Amino acid sequence: MAKGVKPRVKLPKTAAAGDAITIRTLINHRMESGQRKDGDGNIIPRSIVNRFTAEFNGQSVIDVQMEPAISSNPYFQFEAKVPESGEFVFAWHDDDGDVYVLSRRIEVG
Amino acid sequence: MPMTRRDAMALATGSVAAYGLGAVPARASAADDAVAAFTGGAEPAEGGVVLDVPEIAENGNAVPISVSADGAAAILVVSTKNPLPRVATFRFGPLAASSSGSTRIRLARSQDVIAVARMEDGTFRRTSASVKVTVGGCGG
Repeated sequence: MAKGVKPRVKLPKTAAAGDAITIRTLINHRMESGQRKDGDGNIIPRSIVNRFTAEFNGQSVIDVQMEPAISSNPYFQFEAKVPESGEFVFAWHDDDGDVYVLSRRIEVG
Repeated sequence: MPMTRRDAMALATGSVAAYGLGAVPARASAADDAVAAFTGGAEPAEGGVVLDVPEIAENGNAVPISVSADGAAAILVVSTKNPLPRVATFRFGPLAASSSGSTRIRLARSQDVIAVARMEDGTFRRTSASVKVTVGGCGG
């Protein structure tokens, strides 16, 4: 596991049925591009989060394929529909095979 | 954003050094290839996609971008002068309230950024926008 990785998500706790809600996510990650060289001229190996997904009750909201051109500490903002109460699951896939997962419940009143 | 100014400066300095050491800038055709790989060779029609980028980005390590296209199933973002042309591909699921997304990207230097949308009917749309980068990010 890459060091200092901490996923964060911001979304409302409640919503009306069928509402579009805005979700903001951030994960602390160096996103080493594989393009940089160290002091001795050796390439620093690539180490990025290469995929981000958001699902609600098992259905996809967004699925982002990420390249090294995504800035460090990747940030995403997008909109989701919430037809009923349930759980969002956010997942970040690291180059090293780790998957960082965060879930958030939302109540539809 | 938790990145401090000091972090940003350190990254920017490091990336300029790396760039000076001979990272090979991609040719425009690499960007065209990336677009063609996404469209399967189809020529995208101009317009119908909104790509929001700053005209001038002081820090190429974190350039805020937003893409949206009504009725898009997926949107590809491509840089024309980064060492690696592809930046991100957004795929929208059935619970996406809009085909839109925002993130922050690295741009090695001033260049055009292209967004190509695959619409639900299988056609493709594109748009591009030019960004002036004051301090390049080591994009890729």
